[in-house]
Amino acid sequence: MKRPFEQAVTEHGPMVLRVCRAVLGPTEADDAWSETFLSALRAWPDLPDDANVRAWLVTIAHRKAIDVARAGARLAVPVAVVPDAAAPRADQPEDALPDGDLWTAVAALPEKQRLCVAYHHVAGLPHPEVARIVGGTPAAARRAAADGIARLRSTYALERTVSTHV
Amino acid sequence: MSDPTIQLVSDPVTGDAERLARLHAALVDRASAESCVDVTYRLLDSPVGQLLLAATESGVVRVAFEIEDHDRVLDSLGSSVGSRILRGGDRLDPLARELDDYFAGRRHGFDVPLDLRLARGFRLTVLRHLSEIPYGSTESYGEVALASGSPRAVRAVGSACATNPLPIVVPCHRVVRSDGALGGYLGGLPAKERLLALERAA
Repeated sequence: MKRPFEQAVTEHGPMVLRVCRAVLGPTEADDAWSETFLSALRAWPDLPDDANVRAWLVTIAHRKAIDVARAGARLAVPVAVVPDAAAPRADQPEDALPDGDLWTAVAALPEKQRLCVAYHHVAGLPHPEVARIVGGTPAAARRAAADGIARLRSTYALERTVSTHV
Repeated sequence: MSDPTIQLVSDPVTGDAERLARLHAALVDRASAESCVDVTYRLLDSPVGQLLLAATESGVVRVAFEIEDHDRVLDSLGSSVGSRILRGGDRLDPLARELDDYFAGRRHGFDVPLDLRLARGFRLTVLRHLSEIPYGSTESYGEVALASGSPRAVRAVGSACATNPLPIVVPCHRVVRSDGALGGYLGGLPAKERLLALERAA
């Protein structure tokens, strides 16, 4: 790629951060973002000029998220019960995002659903592209993304509606 | 994408801008420490408009005026020097300070290391000579040609000035026509006039 790398950071940095957050949660998202862009920077000159930069970055982020999760050993540990809404993480207050309960609900999704929601709805990749990253067929990726959103709607969105009426 | 749940997941979160700025700064630091960045750059406001300052590991490689179109300049650095280009870092802070001092009339020359890889052959010879023209004085294109060892290469001196990758720092603004007219300037004639007036006044 001949274009300055800075353009890729400016254009896709916010999306990659949201993807990392959806896959890993807010606490580990920063590490995954940093590893993703450092790795992308190294490989940038060898990337073909007509490459799909968005999909390429999400693919790298996917691998880095797995690394980061393995280091923290928590990607495959879904939260069994969605805790009370608006419970800030006392251990790391600077990472307590206003929508901490949303990320808890996302973290509680089965892994495949969480990844497909992240890569399709957050990253904006088409289902075949998502399937290429997570494995399986485009139809399965589409179903996992839809199931994930449906489950979020019934857990997080419902909690939120209820809590606003309290 | 009107579904509120989808929107919640995909929308930016408050504080993301600050978080991204922090992550970006850390990326530049790490990339520089690991020598996997070709060029870093920053912008500097000046009396001759916003300047783009770009450096490699060896030194300042490019200074560009706004009218040169900074995006195009960065694109061209991507092809000529390398595309691992990042904004930020502290590599250009010394030059920014020296330029501030220069525009305030407190500094007459620049001490930062230069990377002259964007100039070759006769053009490089011309640039090396330009750095010897003292602050506040001027030379004609013909005089520069003579001093560069090719007295008849007056037009080539003109194009060396017009393609100077390091204007202001390598003072091509001190080259004027023998009849006293300003000649040309890659930063535009008002900028050339302004720099010469600044140096006359100091």
